[in-house]
Order: sequence, then structure tokens, then C-alpha cells
Amino acid sequence: MGTVTRQLVQNFPDHILGHHQDHGDETVLVRPEALLSVAAFLKEEPALDFNVLMDLTAVDYLGRQPRFEVVYHFYSLEHRARLRVKVPLHETNPEVDSLTPFWKAANWYEREVWDMFGIRFTGHPGLKRILLYEEFEGHPLRKDYPIKRRHPLVGPSN
Amino acid sequence: MGLKRVVTGVFGDESFITTRLDSAIGWARKYSLFLYPFVTACCGMEYMSVSCAHYDLDRFGAALPRFSPRQADVLMVVGTISHKIAPVLVRVYEQMTEPKWVVAFGVCTCTGGFYDNYATVQGIDTLIPVDVYIPGCPPRPETVLNGLMMLQDKIQRQKQEY
Repeated sequence: MGTVTRQLVQNFPDHILGHHQDHGDETVLVRPEALLSVAAFLKEEPALDFNVLMDLTAVDYLGRQPRFEVVYHFYSLEHRARLRVKVPLHETNPEVDSLTPFWKAANWYEREVWDMFGIRFTGHPGLKRILLYEEFEGHPLRKDYPIKRRHPLVGPSN
Repeated sequence: MGLKRVVTGVFGDESFITTRLDSAIGWARKYSLFLYPFVTACCGMEYMSVSCAHYDLDRFGAALPRFSPRQADVLMVVGTISHKIAPVLVRVYEQMTEPKWVVAFGVCTCTGGFYDNYATVQGIDTLIPVDVYIPGCPPRPETVLNGLMMLQDKIQRQKQEY
């Protein structure tokens, strides 16, 4: 178990669903309810000091329960450490707290995840589509989005 | 008329040439093309390459890009056209004055290329009429020059509106 994982397991014993590491990169699975408190700990604990949110994306594991996973990649400039946090979400109400209070970089990433996967982020200052247009229906990176479906603004539909 | 002044200016008062009016206008039009570069993606680098000194579009009288559609007569669509930008492309085309021509530069504009997905228009000819298709990902400058010469040939031969 890596040092960051150990601290998280000690501080959030009920909220860490699992963890693993590969080639020194640590990954922890966090309950969605606990994401905000875990994020605050990662950002503000001096021994961790994850001040950079490098990436935020999502994966659709269609057919699995829970279906979605939101994936966060953190980096600490001070400690030169990396951490991957995954938050599993159920299909019925895919919603998780926004990390914009802690990392401003989360703003556009979360809009992209909303745009592509239809996962909502509570507390986001303006959760609207970022890449596609407002008239677009559905979320195209979901695995059950029909591959031939088109939403043209002008011209024929296929 | 203007053409008569040009002919007497070049060949002297006593000279004359015979031609058809359509042909003479076509000759004038094909050597003064003003391009509107609608550049959205990587093909733009290839367009810059073909415009600059090495390949020199100026040899064909098509050097000067006009960034107002009202001053251009060839719409050069360069790069992937998404459904989001498509209304803009159509509006630019509608703003151009007649006579006007459209060149699809690169395979994305011709057919959508390998972007057969939710975001990409599958060929700009689903939106506006296209005169010349230049395939390639991206096209070689020689292919572009060939396409331009085909467009000139088409302009020369077509029925001229004036």
C-alpha cells in the first residue's frame, strides 16, 4: 500500500471502497458521498498537498453496476506525487459533487464530462455543454449512444 | 467596353482579336480568383504551404486571400466541418456574391474522412454545392495546384453570368 493510500484509508476507513497501485502509481476508489471531504483532505493536508488537478474524465462500463466511474488525476508539485481517484456512480442518478471549490481547473473538465457522459456535478457554477451545441440530444460518449445518430443544425440528418 | 480598351491597349488601335464573349469573360475570371479560406483544421498548414513562395498560388492569379466573403469568389473549405460550425459555413457561402465557386480541400470536407461520428458533417456537399474536390489527408501541394487548374478549366468552359 502506498503512502498516500495508507493515509486515506486511515482517515476515511468507511469511504475508501478499494485501492491498488501499479509501477508506483496509486489508485483509490472513493464513495461519491465522501468525495468532497476526501478532496479537501488531499488539497489541504500539508503531507499530501495535491495542488494540481491534472485530469478529470469518466468511463462508461455499460452492463456493470455501478455503470459509471468518474476519474480524477491529482499531482503534487511539492512532493512530486501522483494519485488517481475513481468515484463509481450508478446509472439511475449519475451525480457527484463538483470539485470547483478546490480546483478551478475542474470547471471545464466537469462541463466536458456532463457534455459527453451526462454526469451531473452538484455545486458547479455553470454546468452546460462545452463542446457540443445546446440543441444536441443525448451524451455521445455513452456506450449505448447509437453510433449512427446525428443531430445536424443544417443539412440532412445522415 | 472594357475588353475593347484592353485589346487596343495591348495590340494597338488597328488590331483586333476574335473570341466569344463567354470565353473572354471566363479567361478574365479564371486568372483573378479571390479565395476565402475557411480553415478549420490541420489541412490549413497545407493550404499555407501551397499559398506561400514554394508552391506560389500567385502564378495562377489566386494569391490573395479575402477574409470577407463579400469580396471573395472562391470558397476554399479547408479542414473538418463539424455540425456545430456548419451553419457558419452556410452563412459565409450565402454572403458571397455571384459568380462563386466552392473547393472542398482535403478528404474531411469531401466525405467526412475517417470522422464518421456524431460531430462531423459527412461531406460539405450535403450543405452547399461543390465545384472541385481535392482528396488527400492532407492533399499534397501538387494535388491542390491540380485542383485549382481544374477549377480554372471549369470557369473557362462554363456559361458566364454577367
